[in-house]
Amino acid sequence: MMRDGASGSAPVMTGQDRGAHAVLRGVTRVYPGAMAVHALGPIDLDIGHGEFLAVVGPSGCGKSTLLDVLAGLNPPTEGTITFEDKPVHGTVPDGVGVVFQEDASFPWLTVHDNVAFGLRRAGVDATEIERRVTYAIGFMGLKDFTKAYPAQLSGGMRQRVCIARTLVMQPRLILLDEPFGALDQQTRLLMGDELLRLWRETNATVMLITHALDEAAMLSDRVGVMSARPGCFIDVLTTGWPRDRDSRIVADSAFGTLTGKLWSLLRGESLKAIGSREGLTQSAGA
Amino acid sequence: MTRAAKVGWSRIALIVGSVVLLEVLCRTKIINPLTMIPPSTMAVKLYEILASGQMTDDIIQTFSTVAIAFVFSVIVGLGIGALVHALPRVRRAIDPLLASYYSIPFFVFYPLLIALFGLNTIPLIAIGVVFATAAMVISTLNGLDRVPRVLVKTAKIYRMSPLSTVMLLTLPSAAPYLFTGLKLALAYAFIGIIAGEFILSGGGLGFSIAYAYQNFDNDTMYALMMFVLVVVTLMNAILHMWEQRLLKRRARA
Ligand SMILES: Nc1ncnc2c1ncn2[C@@H]1O[C@H](COP(=O)(O)OP(=O)(O)O)[C@@H](O)[C@H]1O
Ligand SMILES: [Mg+2]
Repeated sequence: MMRDGASGSAPVMTGQDRGAHAVLRGVTRVYPGAMAVHALGPIDLDIGHGEFLAVVGPSGCGKSTLLDVLAGLNPPTEGTITFEDKPVHGTVPDGVGVVFQEDASFPWLTVHDNVAFGLRRAGVDATEIERRVTYAIGFMGLKDFTKAYPAQLSGGMRQRVCIARTLVMQPRLILLDEPFGALDQQTRLLMGDELLRLWRETNATVMLITHALDEAAMLSDRVGVMSARPGCFIDVLTTGWPRDRDSRIVADSAFGTLTGKLWSLLRGESLKAIGSREGLTQSAGA
Repeated sequence: MTRAAKVGWSRIALIVGSVVLLEVLCRTKIINPLTMIPPSTMAVKLYEILASGQMTDDIIQTFSTVAIAFVFSVIVGLGIGALVHALPRVRRAIDPLLASYYSIPFFVFYPLLIALFGLNTIPLIAIGVVFATAAMVISTLNGLDRVPRVLVKTAKIYRMSPLSTVMLLTLPSAAPYLFTGLKLALAYAFIGIIAGEFILSGGGLGFSIAYAYQNFDNDTMYALMMFVLVVVTLMNAILHMWEQRLLKRRARA
């Protein structure tokens, strides 16, 4: 594996720099049933080792479906997925961590026990669990809430518990599904910084699903833009940011250009998504 | 004083006040002594009955019958609930039946049960189970319906077996509803069994109350009624306190 340059000018990471970490080829997903829904694909995508990939797309275009299939939570209907050169098909490979769109914290466990859950399952020894849990809780700024229950926390803090819970497992591929969806803009920018810090410290590969164009533009090495359902990649833009970036990048003129480009790609697709929904409400009303 | 403490104290005040009022009404003979005896007399009589040990066998019989019916109902109710939850088609067929379950007067089948099993505790256990199981099934379904789907996904992330998923995620997640099921199952088991004893049996608390009633033994009848009330209230209070302790952490601050 390549060593990061020690100098201040960090190299730009793209999918090609260190070879592919996860590869999707011709991946589709159709939800079976009487009214089968073709939710995704076909998708062809390489996610590079240590890359930060953002995925944007109109709501309902299949972003969460893409995450489920890539994580091995659901098998693809067609196509193949490989993670670290091994096929993924309906079971979650070792080394993959997921932060879901919904609040997945366990309300009956304290913050500490929530974060320790996966390590206990994996049979890690107690001192190592304590070490990692303490680190993750500190990293996510939850030190004062170790003994609190999720119900006593705000939505954003609960999401941080879920991120800490994923982080302790030391995943090599972290998939996040609109993790900051419920937060206000300022908090989202700051959480974005946390995420960048996590990405740099762990050297993990990150795929972040988001509906916020600025979030995608600010955080990632590359932004994949998806079409309306069935979601396919229309384009994948390279941001060219340095590795040690943070949210102050939003003041950069290149940031504005990039966000503008994302929007011009997405506008038509978002209109389609809204249009199809209006069509639905009309036929439901009739 | 906290709000909860205030509510607690006013509840106790209400109960004590009612008992005192009843005592006064009985002592001043506004309530006919042939209709009802003062609570203090009930308590004294109850003490005599318990101290003499004449009722011990009946008490043990009733409580052991309730305990058997309760445990059986909880286990069977959980099992049926989980099974029905996993089979959506069966669920659709069974849902309307469950919704109208308690409108069926099951006691009409009690004589049939006696004819089948004889005049022993089996028909009583059966009637208790028939009463209590449905409550547990309904609560189990309620609880399982509300387990967030994302928890099942989380279990897959941790590559948990179906058994550990159920034990470590599904059951804790559904716990508040299962607890409601426990409370209802206990109450229904009690109602079914005491009523069954009352109608027809060879012993037990319900039988003893009916027996005292038929012999115009008002003191014993009321003493035993008081006993049943106090015991059921205490049991409920204990379950309630346990439940509150479990739920407190899950309530929004
Ligand atoms: N379990 C499911 N069964 C049937 N259709 C589904 C299911 N999950 C999602 N869908 C449909 O698939 C499409 C894509 O959903 P999703 O991946 O959640 O979109 P996104 O995350 O981009 O908003 C939507 O039209 C949604 O209604
Ligand atoms: Mg989604």
